[in-house]
Amino acid sequence: MAQLTCRELSVGYDGKAVVQHLNFEVFAGDYLCIVGENGSGKSTLMKTLLGLQPPVGGRIVTGDGLRKNEIGYLPQQTAAQKDFPASVREIVLSGCQGRCGSRPFYNKEEKKLAADAMEKMQVAPLAKRCYRTLSGGQQQRVLLARALCATRKILLLDEPVSGLDPKVTAELYALIQKLNDEDGITVVMISHDLSAALQYASHILHIGDRVFFGTKAAYLNEFPQAWQKGGAAQ
Amino acid sequence: MTAILEKLAFYWTYPFVRYALIVGVLVALCSSLLGVTLVLKRFSFIGDGLSHVAFGAMSVAAVLGLADDLPLTLCITVVCAVLLLRTGQNTKIKGDAAVAMVSVGALAIGYLLMNLFSASSNLSGDVCVTLFGSTSILTLSRSEVWLCVGLSAAVVAVFLLYYNKIFAVTFDEDFAKAAGTRAGRYNLLLAVTTAVVIVLAMNLVGSLLISALVIFPALSAMRVFQSFRAVTLCSAVLSVSCAALGILIAILAGTPVGSTIVAVDILAFLLCSAVGRVLGGCS
Repeated sequence: MAQLTCRELSVGYDGKAVVQHLNFEVFAGDYLCIVGENGSGKSTLMKTLLGLQPPVGGRIVTGDGLRKNEIGYLPQQTAAQKDFPASVREIVLSGCQGRCGSRPFYNKEEKKLAADAMEKMQVAPLAKRCYRTLSGGQQQRVLLARALCATRKILLLDEPVSGLDPKVTAELYALIQKLNDEDGITVVMISHDLSAALQYASHILHIGDRVFFGTKAAYLNEFPQAWQKGGAAQ
Repeated sequence: MTAILEKLAFYWTYPFVRYALIVGVLVALCSSLLGVTLVLKRFSFIGDGLSHVAFGAMSVAAVLGLADDLPLTLCITVVCAVLLLRTGQNTKIKGDAAVAMVSVGALAIGYLLMNLFSASSNLSGDVCVTLFGSTSILTLSRSEVWLCVGLSAAVVAVFLLYYNKIFAVTFDEDFAKAAGTRAGRYNLLLAVTTAVVIVLAMNLVGSLLISALVIFPALSAMRVFQSFRAVTLCSAVLSVSCAALGILIAILAGTPVGSTIVAVDILAFLLCSAVGRVLGGCS
């Protein structure tokens, strides 16, 4: 059974749909890229998948042993976070919050989990550093480590590379690819960057005037010009 | 120096001085704990807004002729705090505008009511006392001190128990929600606690100066420290020492208590900024 199944899903704000009648499934180990124009509802779709806002219509079903609070999320950065006084360790540890339930403090197991996640994302040496002094790429890796504390199964990433330079972008993509390959973590990623989407993804969800969902090969059949666009950018 | 100590020892024999010091320190502790979160959530001005609401509520209580205005004031302020912190997230009127609107509105209505219905002959004196808290901290009764001790203990307990959750919700509300934390519940908790602390703090420094107690220690601590825990601890220590120092100076020099505390807070802020710059912090 699929981890995430969307049936006739419509998402939007205040009862007004931005995207309608989405049907797609995400299986364990998939790498799905959501592409589309600005304002086509990519972020809204992701917020709906996360349960941050109710769907306008249709249903989202989680399956394959995935519980609602086992989704790791990498949001776009907010202005408030840019000058937030917090150490890297505090932020990564806060990813374990969902596991705590109503228990007020973190236990040993969760601290270990956070340490492992920092190791994996190569931010362990920065553990005591202040988040706001880090570079953009380091900040994204910290937030990725936090998301890993919240899940072992599926990561939802909202434009993880926006604002990063090409070298750091490539590193971050490689890191995400590794999580998908080696740890079998499902990746659902919003991306502006079609060439990267075509390089890494196994499935593509295109939303906008034309809605498309399928494997990468099917997408290239459907939109042959996408390859040229992506290829030109590479 | 001995003269000052003798003078302090002399004043210490008066219960009202001891009461003022206890209440002052407790209020400073509570407001600084909340201050860090409120400043980071971009709600620095909520202290000011809610204290004006409390002022409005107090004048309503005075007009109704209630002997004890605390329950009514607390109720109205809590309701306003909940509405304000909720509207901050996703509504037509954004956080700062909503706070400003409620703040000015409550102040005007409060003054209007007092003007229309007040039986007192010294109206501007009354208003001044409520706003600046010029004498109220020196006229505390034993039961008020116990009430304050109880409420402060509750606030500190809430803060300690929910410290990690408050951090998670403050740093990234969307992530916390997605990970299954009931962010709405903790925002509500925060709103109620804020309202309680502000009604409490009005006894100390009066309406107009509460904002200072909420924001100065937090901002000072943020100049110097880099982690949330260090900022929170430093803010609490700083706030308590500034309040104690302020009250002592006020007693010795005969200056108004509230404004003296704030003056000490400002000095501490300047000091911290200098220290932060020397340390090459990330301000």
